[in-house]
Order: sequence, then C-alpha cells, then structure tokens
Amino acid sequence: MFAGNLILTVGDFQMASGDFAFDSDGITALFGRSGSGKSTLLRAMAGLDRHTRGQLRFHDEVWQDGRRGLLAEQRDIGMVFQHAALLTHRTVRGNLAFAARRAPGDRGAAIDRDQIIERTGIGPLLDRAVGNLSGGERQRIAIARALIGRPRVLMMDEPLAALDWRAKAELLDLFETVIRDFAIPTVLITHAPAEVERLADRVVFMADGAVERVEALKEALGRIDSPLFTEEGPVASLDGHVERVDDDPHRLRFVTTPQTDSGQPVTFQLGADGAAIENGPRRLRVRADDVALSRERIGNISMQNQIPARIERIDTSGPGRRAVFMTLADGQRLISEVTDRAVANMGLDTGQAVTALVKSAALMR
Amino acid sequence: MTLFGIPLDTHPIWLTVQVAAITTIVLLVIGVPIAWGLSRMRSRWRVVFEALVSLPLVLPPTVLGFYLIIAMTPNGPLTEFLGLFGFSGQLTFNFTGLVIGSVLFSLPFMVQPMMSAFQGLSEEVLDAARLMRARFLDRFFTVILPLSRQGLLVGSVLTFAHTVGEFGVVLMVGGNIEGQTRMVSIAIFDHVESFEYAQAHLLSAVMVIFAFATLVGVYLINRRFSAKLG
Repeated sequence: MFAGNLILTVGDFQMASGDFAFDSDGITALFGRSGSGKSTLLRAMAGLDRHTRGQLRFHDEVWQDGRRGLLAEQRDIGMVFQHAALLTHRTVRGNLAFAARRAPGDRGAAIDRDQIIERTGIGPLLDRAVGNLSGGERQRIAIARALIGRPRVLMMDEPLAALDWRAKAELLDLFETVIRDFAIPTVLITHAPAEVERLADRVVFMADGAVERVEALKEALGRIDSPLFTEEGPVASLDGHVERVDDDPHRLRFVTTPQTDSGQPVTFQLGADGAAIENGPRRLRVRADDVALSRERIGNISMQNQIPARIERIDTSGPGRRAVFMTLADGQRLISEVTDRAVANMGLDTGQAVTALVKSAALMR
Repeated sequence: MTLFGIPLDTHPIWLTVQVAAITTIVLLVIGVPIAWGLSRMRSRWRVVFEALVSLPLVLPPTVLGFYLIIAMTPNGPLTEFLGLFGFSGQLTFNFTGLVIGSVLFSLPFMVQPMMSAFQGLSEEVLDAARLMRARFLDRFFTVILPLSRQGLLVGSVLTFAHTVGEFGVVLMVGGNIEGQTRMVSIAIFDHVESFEYAQAHLLSAVMVIFAFATLVGVYLINRRFSAKLG
C-alpha cells in the first residue's frame, strides 16, 4: 500500500501529486503523457530528490514526512531505469555483486541469485564489460541486478522505451513472468497503453504534474474517455487461460476466468497461429472495432466467436459512432463500436441481451 | 655526480620530485572533496568559489608568493592558525613552505579535471547505486571515484608536472637555499646567472624531456578513456 501526497519542483516544473493511495501488490502502471510528472513522482517516491516535500507511507512505514524523508538507501527499492544505469566500471558479474553485497540477508531464501540469472537469461553475459552490450541485454542485467538486491518494491521508469520492437517484446515477456513469479510489488512508468493493458493490475493516471485518478485496469478500460484508448479506439482486456481443443496442437481456445461467484467462463476460439501454450494466467485483447453485434445467434457466418452478452451502457465514442459496453457471463467486459444508425435500426438499449461477434482477438500474454 | 662529464647536483632534482609528490598527495586529499563540493553546488555563490580556486591560474606567481610569505611569517595569520593545533616552528624557507605554496599554486590543476569528471557522471548511475543501498562514502569510493578515474589521473599528472615546473612561488616562499629549498627551476636560473651553461643545459634538457613525456601521458590517458566510451 502506497499512500501520500508529494510535492517536488524540478526546474520550472512542479509535481504536486495531490492525495493518492493504491495497493502495491501486483503491477501498478504510472500512466500519462510525457511531461505529466510520472518520472518526477517516481523519483519522489524513491527518495532520490532531497527537495521532495509532503507525505508518503509504504504500508505502515513513513517514507516522507514534510521535509524529512527516509534515505533512498533504506527504502529497499529495486529500480530499473530507462537506460539501465549499469556501473560501467564493472563487468556484468561485478554489477550483480554490487547489489548482492549490499542486500539484506534476512530475506535471503526468497530470491536466489542463480535462479535470477537463469530466468533473465544473462548467464552468457556474466564476464562481459557493460560498455558494449545491446539495449535489451542491458535491461535484462538491470532487472537481474534489481532483483538480486532483494527489494520490497520494484520500480521501473520506461524500461522499454529505448528498445527496438523485438527486444521490447522479449522483455515484456520477461518482466511479466519474473514479476509474477517473484511476487514483487511493482510500479511501472509507461506511456504505451499496450504495456498497461498487458501488465497492469491498476493504473495511476497522471496529468499536469498531479495524480488524476487511480483505477483498477478493468475500470480504466471501462470508460469511453479512458486515456488508455488511442487511435485504435476502445479496447477490452479479458483475463483467462489457454487450452487445447481436442488435443489438436493447432486448435486453441481461450477460457476466461469468472470475476464473480455466479459467473460462467466464456470461451473464445483462437486462430491456428500455434501460439505457445503456457500454463498460468493469460490476457486476451479485443478491439471494439473487431466486435460486431447481432440481436440473435447467426448460423452461417465466418465469425466463429459468437459470445452472448448483455448491454451495460452505450456511449458516444466519436461523430456518428457509439461504443456499446457489454457484460459477459463471466462478469468481464467486452466493447463493440458501431454506428449511430446501427444502434437505432437494431433498437439497442441498456439491459438487452445481444450476441457479440468477435472477428479477431489477440493474446497479450 | 657527473653526467656527460658535466657536474650535476642531484639534490634539486630529488627535492623537486619530493615536493611534487607530496603536493599531489595533499591535493588528492583536499582537492578532490573541494571538486566534489563545487560540482554539486547549486548556489549562485558557486561561481565565486570556482573563481577563487582558479585564481592561481591567472595571478603572477609572485603575487601569490608575496601573500603567502606574509601569511606564513612567524606572526602571520597562517602560522598563528596552525599554532592553534599545536604547530610550532617556521613555515617559510623550508620544505613545509614549499609544499604549502605548491598546494595553493597547483589547486586548479587538481580541482578542474576532477570537477569536469564529477559533472560528467550519470545521475542515473549514482541513483542506482543509492537504491542498491550504497551510502555516501560507500558510493564515493566504489562508484564515484572509479568512474572519475580519468579525472584523477589527469589531475594528478598535471599537479605533479605543474609543481615541478613552478618557479616564482617556490622562489619567494622557499628562498634559494642550496641543499634545502633549491628546486630544479631555481637551480637552472642560478646556473644561468653564474654562466654555468653546461649545467643549465643538462637540467633544462631533463625538464624538457620530463614535460614532454608528461603531456604525452596525459593525452594517452584522455585518448584511452574517450575510446572506451565511444
């Protein structure tokens, strides 16, 4: 649990967060446009700037009280910076040793050095100088180094922003599994909605140097004016897992996780792209553009995913466009974007039962 | 001792090396913290301190030497100040005086390379070290100084060489006492005054070779480090 109200002026930019509070478990995304104060808030939370004022508590510990702040050295934070911030006078091994030597011994058993090296795949790099590593390699080392320091909180400041798309994709996978497996509360700065949708449990929205609101990801994706929606339009994100159909390696389906006690899982047929089946939670991303609506099931149609849903509400999403928010049998949300005319002709209204025709859905993880 | 059949008094050379070495060590101890303080200073007074440190670069050495003599006479403020810590004795015209004068005179040669090294450090890297629980002194010796080693090398070499090459300050503060405070530069002056051109030639040649080797060393250090970064 983080709770506080922090003020930090850097040059002529003032970050005045206002009161905020959010659970620290899982992954919290700090989201906002560049210049909204994300990095400044993170630096203030980490205790890296002695001009920080205000209040900050982490669970029962006071990290900032007025002018007085707990030293950054004592906050047990593992940080991954945008440019990795490796110690250039040491080898990769030397970087890890720097963190290990100063890590507290008492939380020892939880995280094992060899295990971290294996999971981050940096074994072959250990004796290299850090000067001539690729951006992706640097970030792997940075996260390994952060974990080896046995932090109570992991903070990441746009760790993927400086990488090419391939390294980005690999590291997203890595971050996700590593953070979940080691169960470290994480605060992640990003301005990429796709990263938020994929990783975050909750989103801290920032604008003009202040925390605008804190929302669970589901809520954040449940309003038409969500800053997470880009030119792609509204997007729904569904939690569930992947299964084989009839043990056929080329037929997969996504089965959602009911969010309520009375909820029933919903099944999506996935394309035959042979996506690796990994056990464990996965997330499905469905663009509102890719969802059509029908009042009843349709027999002969190429869209194999016909999902029964109930209309939660209908919002205007643009000139002549409506976003229809629907609740599925499992309690999760799907959004369809249709024209004004379609809404009028079909007589769509709140509370109605409809069938959502899903053209395509992408597995995010 | 004779070299090429020319009598060579080695005491000035030995004395010069000693003064230069001790000056370099003293400046590592006091110049590095001064450079760190200045490089972190955000106050508008910073320019004043920077100018103060650089003053020996532009002042005629005689001016500095003159004020030093006044400060270091038996009743001078520096002597009395040191007296508070139990110091008794003379500061001028001896080894101590030579070192004090050299330290002040060479201060900018240590502070300036160190300041630019400190200012070139990545804030992110220092922050990363803090978050790995390295306290200030820990950070200073395990991160800040190792990453500033180019500045340390250049500053030390320049300080040493500059001390070897000084004339005005050591002449005024140290005097020209044979076998006690006569350094190489003064010895050359003496030889020329007494028309001992052979000895002057020999010592001067030693100085030229030393100075040249030093500068080549400095440029090598700089090139090696910039190649590493690039």
